Amino acid sequence: MKYVDEFRDRALAEKLARQIAEEARPERDYHFMEFCGGHTHAIFRYGVQDLMPKNVHFVHGPGCPVCVLPVRRLDDAVELAERHGVILTTYGDMMRVPGTKQRSLIRAKADGADIRMVYSTLDALKIARDNPDRQVVFFAIGFETTTPPTAVAIRQAEAEGLANFSVFCNHVLTPAAIGHILDSPDFAPGGPARIDGFLGPSHVSAVIGSKPYEAAAVKYAKPVVIAGFEPLDVMQSVLMLIRQVNEGRAEVENEYTRVVTREGNRKAQALVDDVFEVRPSFEWRGLGEVENSALRIREAYSAFDAEKRFAVSEKQSRETKSCECPAILRGVKKPTDCKLFGTVCTPDSPMGSCMVSSEGACAAYWSYGRFRGPAEDKKGAAA
Amino acid sequence: MNMIERKAPAKAAALRGKVDMTHGGGGRGMAELIRDLFHRHLDNDLLRQGHDAALCTVPPGRLAISTDGHVISPLFFPGGDIGSLAVHGTVNDVAMAGAQPLYLTAGFILEEGFPLADLERIVVSMAAAARQAGVPVVTGDTKVVEKGKGDGVFITTTGIGVVPEGVHIAAERARPGQAILLSGSLGDHGIAILSQRENLAFETEIRSDSAALHGLVAEMIAAVPDIAVLRDPTRGGLASTLNEIARQAGVGMVLEEEAIRVKPEVTAACELLGLDPLYVANEGKLVCLCEAEAAERLLAVMRGHPLGREAALIGHVTEDAHSLVQMRTFFGGGRVVDWLAGEQLPRIC
Amino acid sequence: MCLAIPARVTALEEGEMAVVALEGVKKRISVALLDEVAVGDYVLVHVGYALHRLSEEEAEHTLALMAEAGILDEELADMREGAS
Repeated sequence: MKYVDEFRDRALAEKLARQIAEEARPERDYHFMEFCGGHTHAIFRYGVQDLMPKNVHFVHGPGCPVCVLPVRRLDDAVELAERHGVILTTYGDMMRVPGTKQRSLIRAKADGADIRMVYSTLDALKIARDNPDRQVVFFAIGFETTTPPTAVAIRQAEAEGLANFSVFCNHVLTPAAIGHILDSPDFAPGGPARIDGFLGPSHVSAVIGSKPYEAAAVKYAKPVVIAGFEPLDVMQSVLMLIRQVNEGRAEVENEYTRVVTREGNRKAQALVDDVFEVRPSFEWRGLGEVENSALRIREAYSAFDAEKRFAVSEKQSRETKSCECPAILRGVKKPTDCKLFGTVCTPDSPMGSCMVSSEGACAAYWSYGRFRGPAEDKKGAAA
Repeated sequence: MNMIERKAPAKAAALRGKVDMTHGGGGRGMAELIRDLFHRHLDNDLLRQGHDAALCTVPPGRLAISTDGHVISPLFFPGGDIGSLAVHGTVNDVAMAGAQPLYLTAGFILEEGFPLADLERIVVSMAAAARQAGVPVVTGDTKVVEKGKGDGVFITTTGIGVVPEGVHIAAERARPGQAILLSGSLGDHGIAILSQRENLAFETEIRSDSAALHGLVAEMIAAVPDIAVLRDPTRGGLASTLNEIARQAGVGMVLEEEAIRVKPEVTAACELLGLDPLYVANEGKLVCLCEAEAAERLLAVMRGHPLGREAALIGHVTEDAHSLVQMRTFFGGGRVVDWLAGEQLPRIC
Repeated sequence: MCLAIPARVTALEEGEMAVVALEGVKKRISVALLDEVAVGDYVLVHVGYALHRLSEEEAEHTLALMAEAGILDEELADMREGAS
């Protein structure tokens, strides 16, 4: 596969690994947060951490829109399907996320709710066309990468007069999340956790460009390297971050130049701006209320806003007790620090979103990472 | 009993109309369906006995019996359909015990309203698969359920075979040090099925690898009677099958990603949908665990057979208290190949 | 997040749609997010939409940068060998 295989080349990986080992100063540690869940997944799937020197650590960030969706929004989606009898269309990622009382979309489907997995909003629109007498709701999630497709879908629905189509909007914004993490006391100097730099998200940046990160780099004095999606991209970006740290720089650099430009995709940005506006505040699972971090549908398109079309009951988000997803999402704790990890909480019976989403830190750790730590010992004792 | 003699049409005219409740009623309607459709295409001596139970002779040895319910959707896919799949699946299950498959049974549950022409297509395909495999369908059953209570057609097949003396194939025989062999490329069947699913439509030339493996197995056992484990990685893919074996036997495994073959088109489809080929279903592949010294010989035999041309040594069995299946990635790092919680779903993240 | 894969545009269709191919697998996607796109271009595909065109030049540039890694290492090793 062109533009893919070349960036998975083993020989180049070994060269980069040597170079990283060469330039990482032995007397210090480096902590780099990969914001994006896709990077977490790639790191574990290819075993990138095995090619890093011992003093380079990855801190897994909250860039997993499935993981950060607040429980009550998921409960709302379940309610839309169950109480309002809509056809709820959703990306596959959301199907198994446990809501309150472990109620997930897949369980609701088993109980008779009409929930259909789609690959694209294009498919959701088709379902609406094919079922004119039913209400069709699209469960929109995702960061800035996934938002433009939703914008196009809403405009398309309007152009066609597809009156039975609406969107339940949960799109969230990346720079706000990065700022929120860095503002938290956990990452204050002398605090319990440390981030020396960020691996910036690949495809969010393809849309928004590299410009939006510049303010954060200056404000927090942390380097950001926008990293491509393939394992070689991750390694090259780590090298660039190490160099910035060693040289005392805090700039935004772009490793993923084959796709990311400073301006990003202006057309996509304009379409998003036309359809959506920023919510003053939005609750993120694990991070709490974050200002200016999410989008809602503008008044002009309110006819397609599921939140306006359907009344859903007021809910409180309730996490499972002892679930450490909040701390894990902030990069403050590791999956193995959670009492539930590997015992009560497994991919078979996930307690929190970090375990369900395939790129949640807990799922990645379980599926791909080495089986080390307290959970392993507990299992050994029980066996 | 039929009072009116009706001659079956001399030429193969496709059946028209739909399944209705009379076809399952036990009366003349059902008898005609059985004669004009099932008996006509699946025809063999034992089936022609026409009793409620087929009377067969079985050579001496241990009996291997396997049963499978087939509920696949879509019913027709590139490279096969529910009929041929039903034959291959059960023949393979029997073969994985090291047995020579001898007979098949087939139970059909038909949904009212299902087009008879489609049913005929399925039965013709099943008959062709059975003939090619040399394993006849000797008895069967038909029932009809009301519209809405079935997914077109469900088929349950049971296979019977005999395990030769001296052959003992079971997951428990997995031991550290053994070689792990895979007969060919992964993911063909699962991707062929997905390409037909609504809401995921993509075009591909990939066809299901659905095939009867008992011929290949017979050659392998002839060359190395002491094969320890055989299994076909169907639902859940190679990863699930290996994890099952590891857990049953209390061993670990280490695989080499570079040795595992996946067709470029299958890789591409998986990339598009966010799927891992290790978890995608196969219907014409097998995994074999054998003593390391026997690996070369077995591979040569496998590669000499049309269904094993791309056979490869993909890893080894290890000591592992946690029964983990691990893999060295082509990238040089390590990862654990976990046991899938449920079905792998396409993802956007 | 944001699983996206580069694929080659093989045909353009009405209604801002296109057909892309990846190793022979073909998919119809929307190009409504792109200003311009031509057959033969490589685009980044995410949830059925093309998000961006890929730059061949930049791809090669990035690979070249990666290939530079370890070169100093090798030169040093050569020098040491030469000296001994």
